[in-house]
Amino acid sequence: MNRINDAFTQLKQTKETALVGFVTAGDPDINTSLKIITAMCENGIDILELGVPFSDPTADGPVIQRSSARALQHNVSLKTVLEMIREIRTTTSIPIIIFSYYNPILAYGIDAFYPDAVDAGADGVLVVDLPMEEAGELTSQWPENEFSLINLVAPTTPKDRMDKIVKSASGFLYLVSKTGVTGSDGLDTTEVKTQMDILRSVTDLPVCVGFGISTVEDVAAVASLADGVVIGSAFERLIEKNIDSPDLVQMVGLVTAEYKHATK
Amino acid sequence: MNPVNSYQSDMYPDANGHFGPYGGRYVAETLMPALIELEKAYTAHVPEPQFQKEFKLLLKNYTGRPTPIFFAQRLTTALGGASIYLKREDLTHTGAHKINNTVGQTLLAKWMGKKKIIAETGAGQHGVATATTAALFGMACKIFMGVEDIVRQAPNVKRMELLGAEVVPVESGTGTLKDAMNEALRYWVSAVRDTFYVIGSVAGPHPYPVMVREFQKIIGKEARVQIMEASGRLPDLLVACVGGGSNAMGLFHAFMNDPIDMLGVEAAGEGITTGKHAATLCAGSVGVLHGSKSYVLQDEYGQINEAHSISAGLDYPGVGPEHSLLKDFKRIQYVAIDDYQTLDAFSSLCRLEGIIPALESAHAVAAAMIEAKKRPKDDIILVNLSGRGDKDLGIVGPLL
Repeated sequence: MNRINDAFTQLKQTKETALVGFVTAGDPDINTSLKIITAMCENGIDILELGVPFSDPTADGPVIQRSSARALQHNVSLKTVLEMIREIRTTTSIPIIIFSYYNPILAYGIDAFYPDAVDAGADGVLVVDLPMEEAGELTSQWPENEFSLINLVAPTTPKDRMDKIVKSASGFLYLVSKTGVTGSDGLDTTEVKTQMDILRSVTDLPVCVGFGISTVEDVAAVASLADGVVIGSAFERLIEKNIDSPDLVQMVGLVTAEYKHATK
Repeated sequence: MNPVNSYQSDMYPDANGHFGPYGGRYVAETLMPALIELEKAYTAHVPEPQFQKEFKLLLKNYTGRPTPIFFAQRLTTALGGASIYLKREDLTHTGAHKINNTVGQTLLAKWMGKKKIIAETGAGQHGVATATTAALFGMACKIFMGVEDIVRQAPNVKRMELLGAEVVPVESGTGTLKDAMNEALRYWVSAVRDTFYVIGSVAGPHPYPVMVREFQKIIGKEARVQIMEASGRLPDLLVACVGGGSNAMGLFHAFMNDPIDMLGVEAAGEGITTGKHAATLCAGSVGVLHGSKSYVLQDEYGQINEAHSISAGLDYPGVGPEHSLLKDFKRIQYVAIDDYQTLDAFSSLCRLEGIIPALESAHAVAAAMIEAKKRPKDDIILVNLSGRGDKDLGIVGPLL
């Protein structure tokens, strides 16, 4: 069984684009985080990206930096994240991707990570600071197709490098919409389209686009170009703004439904 | 074991920037093409005779090289042991070894056609050196600096501003060097297409560790000739402080194949047992931080710990990957010196030799003083006095 492939096959049949929802695991605390994730699943995300908090998130903007810091106040580690995935897996069958920096995985142990992640019910991992040149250490022992290392393609990635990246890629590709950290303003769909066209010419894998997508209009615009739209900082901004509100979970659910609507 | 035979410095790094299991490039994909471009430019341009000619001319006429070595006679006499010589990097333009590297990198940026420069800084010495060479080449310059360091190294902030650089305060984390580097990396991701990132130590992703070493190795090349002239033989021990480790690599590299001891001195802060220190090699474990694999200070879950040191330039929870390999090979011995020992050495050098050392360099002096007492009188210790201490008067003033 491969939940990622199944999800994209099914979405293709219904002519929908995948809504990929990112939240930092354990933000604002573990219990609320689990409720938020459940609300996102119930309201239409097609893939969950669960962020492992890290002390030095160099690829993230201030919103996700702060969400990471909040989760770390509750001592959320990769081990905690796997426990959360085990619990989420009992109520959903959508693909779950672990989104992490490399150091928490190294500290967990690269040998133990794969079997434990699969056992918990995860379908892949995206390691933001692990380019293909360094990935062999982590993935060389993995059986194919069971668990994906989700590769990133950036606006700066030239075609010959894309060629190499897609050769080792599985699951889907994550196209970074712009040069910048997560949560940056100013989505440029023209630039996205240019990279998408090149990427389509070198691979048949589904492509999800992320970074700087925050409004329903953004989602609709990117949905017309890609196989999936990733929303991260926008969810985290909502969580941060309403952190003390009793309606937080419900609000995340409503917004998720709005985003999902824009992908249909 | 003969350390000289076990570590072959020419073997490292490999084509992907690995020093054995360390180094490499652990960065976001957006930065990878820029690092590959930089590596290509570095490999193509730096060995060119014209580049070398320009580089050497700048080192001579602009930064004031060669810097002398100086026999610290009164300090030696006071300790009653081995002779202590100082490599006077404090006498360079801007007052620290950092300028060797910024001249090299900014020149490379010019050859690559880049017009914007960014850098991180802790003590401000690398920031000042970068702002200086950016001014020299007429380039726009942004320096990322932690808010804590901006307070404790205020004179250097003013210097950078006078030199036309924009100092960007970094409030995240503890507002020190680690956070400044995080923010510089974040900014670089957004501005990577036209901006050259001048990293100040032998740390960061490939090719920085090797490139910075190559631009700094002039320290050891000069010192090796100078000590031979002064004493007719090689020294018995080299000593340098290690934060990221650039002045240590700079001094040690030229001696790597000589049968002599080398001592890298980390900051023990308030003491290693207190947990408030920056002794990455002495008390850390292997991890990935700021683009390379190396020893880091971290907890069991891979979260990076905060470093602590009286010296802003050593206040860093990582270290250059080549140092990690040299530690494993036992080619270099690493020790840690605490804040109090540092202040004592700082004071000694001021009063006995009329030299005000940077607090970073005072760590090396402190370790050399301990070694000198243990060693016979005919031994020679060569210390890299990596920078001058004017910038530290605000810290030292209330304490001494």
